[in-house]
Amino acid sequence: MEIIGKTKIDFIGKRKICFTISAIIALLGFVAIAQIVSGSANLGSDFTGGTVLQMKFENRIDIHAARQALSKNGIPADLQEISDGNKLLIKVGKTNLALGKVAGAVEEVFRKEFTANKFTVESSSEIGPSVGDKLRKDTLIAVLISIVGIIIYIAWRFDFKFGVAAAIATFHDVLAIFAIFFLLNKEVNLLLITAALTIAGYSLTDTVVVFDRIRENLHKNMKDSLVTIFNFSINEVMSRTLITSLTTLLAALSLFLFGGEVIHDFAFALVVGILVGTYSSIFVASPLVLVWENRAKQRAA
Amino acid sequence: MPKGLTWRISLILIFLILSVVYLTPTLMPKLPSWWEGAIFPKDKIHLGLDLQGGIHLVLEVETQKAVEGQLDIIATDLEDTLNGKNIRFKNVSRLGGDRIAVTLFDKGTAETVQKLLKDKYSRFELQAPFEEGGYQNLQLRMAEAEIKSVKDKSVQQALETIRNRIDQFGVSEPVIQREGISNIVVQLPGVKDPKRAIELIGKTARLEFKLVDEGVDPTTATPGSLPEGDELQMEKRTDPDTGAVSEIPYVLKKKTMITGDLLTDAQVRIDSQFNQPYVAIEFNSVGAKLFDQVTAANVGKRFAIVLDNNVYSAPVIRERISGGSAQISGSFTEKEASDLAIVLRAGALPAPVKIIQNLTVGPSLGQDSIHKGLIAGLVGVLLVIIFMAIYYKLSGMVANTGMVLNLVYLMGALAALGATLTLPGIAAIVLLIGMSVDANVLIFERIREELRLGKTPKAALDAGYDKAFLTIMDSHVTTLITAAVLFQFGTGPVKGFAVSLSLGVIINLFTALIGTKVVFDYFLGRGRAKKISI
Repeated sequence: MEIIGKTKIDFIGKRKICFTISAIIALLGFVAIAQIVSGSANLGSDFTGGTVLQMKFENRIDIHAARQALSKNGIPADLQEISDGNKLLIKVGKTNLALGKVAGAVEEVFRKEFTANKFTVESSSEIGPSVGDKLRKDTLIAVLISIVGIIIYIAWRFDFKFGVAAAIATFHDVLAIFAIFFLLNKEVNLLLITAALTIAGYSLTDTVVVFDRIRENLHKNMKDSLVTIFNFSINEVMSRTLITSLTTLLAALSLFLFGGEVIHDFAFALVVGILVGTYSSIFVASPLVLVWENRAKQRAA
Repeated sequence: MPKGLTWRISLILIFLILSVVYLTPTLMPKLPSWWEGAIFPKDKIHLGLDLQGGIHLVLEVETQKAVEGQLDIIATDLEDTLNGKNIRFKNVSRLGGDRIAVTLFDKGTAETVQKLLKDKYSRFELQAPFEEGGYQNLQLRMAEAEIKSVKDKSVQQALETIRNRIDQFGVSEPVIQREGISNIVVQLPGVKDPKRAIELIGKTARLEFKLVDEGVDPTTATPGSLPEGDELQMEKRTDPDTGAVSEIPYVLKKKTMITGDLLTDAQVRIDSQFNQPYVAIEFNSVGAKLFDQVTAANVGKRFAIVLDNNVYSAPVIRERISGGSAQISGSFTEKEASDLAIVLRAGALPAPVKIIQNLTVGPSLGQDSIHKGLIAGLVGVLLVIIFMAIYYKLSGMVANTGMVLNLVYLMGALAALGATLTLPGIAAIVLLIGMSVDANVLIFERIREELRLGKTPKAALDAGYDKAFLTIMDSHVTTLITAAVLFQFGTGPVKGFAVSLSLGVIINLFTALIGTKVVFDYFLGRGRAKKISI
């Protein structure tokens, strides 16, 4: 069976539209990262410090009443309902209470204000600001090292132009994940960074598949124009690119749909990353190399 | 048979058997007795705290307090020495965080003391003496290196003490590790009462016996109006019925008569008269002698038992106590008494600790996560199997077999290496289901192309594997780079992700390049199959 037979799509011809779309995505991604660095993004408590509780109630609990009860007792909190089974996610930022006392105080409020509705604390995390700062720094270093590591590897495997284009395409995918999380106001936490780094490693594969073929055809075929060879190569590996993405996407989707609340956003980031990664390896990476090659030729001529 | 086929098949089978052997303890609810007796592995796959529930604490030891404590002890010791030698002095006290100041009345004694300090406290730097307001001032300064070593030792000692307490509390497989300069990481899997455990670990447990100053009325005393050498301390009493907390003030002599260091044992006992729990303590010979002297000299006065600046009780000394045993009673429950006994036996922390991170996961959430992870994995496996079977027919099934083999190997490796499986780790495994057939997809697509060019199945197969090899290496190496970085920098769950991912990627390289190829080689080898179902 084949989903895609022989195709003759002019991928390179669509580069203006694609570059525009990608520029917007990248711009949004940069805005998101600026927000993260300046601390005004929706950062998870692992980066900022603070307290998060996941509570399971016996009966349904009104989220507004819960919020009111907490703020009445001097605990400003961000509440979120979890779809399956009367659960609440309660996030508390900085308070006057000492670290280690916040979770207890929250429990106390619910015990007092909702006497009829018994609850259990499924998980709680209290993180001091110093820990958050350290983790933020460590994460930044981790991201930088991975990016540098990947670039060094590509530079070793490919020549300069391909290497830079692949690195840009990879970076583009990571930016896209941040952009979408920023647009949807989803929390940026350590798991998201993990997902983004995983995607960085993964999306490169797709790009490499395309590049490998372009290089192979460049050696075989000296007559045709670059545009023809690039288009031809991309068409040749289309089904590979789509199917490798599809199988991984199937796995990521089942994580997204059935993996549960804790890794829901993580799986979402993977799904987004795989989709964008496939797009970028076809529509961003190769056209970039081509544009660069053409510029170089024009300058030489 | 094509050359090399036998050893490749053997290798695959050996790995399979090893994986199954290592996975048996995880999969079997109860191991048969012959298994237990033999050399077979008995450990289940380690589950992270996020999957089995428990607490992850990061404690910061307030090491500066340990230095100050040391200086205080030396100041008291110096005071005693000077008194013992009948040297008149105005004041001996700790100054800031690194020195002890001695104030003397005249130059003559200053010289004597200077000599004494030089001999006795050679670890310290003796500052040049100076005169101020008609007094002679001497200062001993703790050297930087010494301060560092005191801080370092205090963290080490805190670690030992906490380990001791946890051992006595009874937690299976706790992790207690030093992290960085002054942090201690404590992981307690499966703890049922996290609050109690945290309290037990975090308590400084500095036990002091101090005399009550009977000459001052504690109800009217304020910190400002106290006579020199006295201090105000509170006893917190909790009403067992209402839970209301009341505070009773005491005016105590500042000087600590006996400390908890001199204890040899502490046990919970039940008072037969009031059915109240109390903690019976035993002193060592030094402590017993001190206790004997103090009680003999202070009959009729009250002797306060102070733990971490909280008065537990202040019983009246009715008679001289010379046996070296005493008891601490107060308004506590049996659990609290038992925890108090544990911290007294394990000893005090050399400095207070601050909780800077506390992650608690209840057992139900962990169970739920495992359950959902399994479902997601199963759905993922099924989707991929169906897709591959339809799209690549028999070859797809070969890839599917490779994928399942990959999963078994991965789980076996996790068990064999004693790696920890976390929820993100499960996510990595699910992701690997998709990624592990990727390599085969690359190969199959290449084979199809070669077939279209008119090559024979065997030639197409070899070309497919050869030409896809570099691409497959590329994808695996880049994933390994990120996994390695995540492993180095990640904590807990993320580390679990990195472990699963990197192991999976390495194993996948084996199953994709050797595992599935064996099947094709076998069938195409002797012309058993004329066509390739792809």
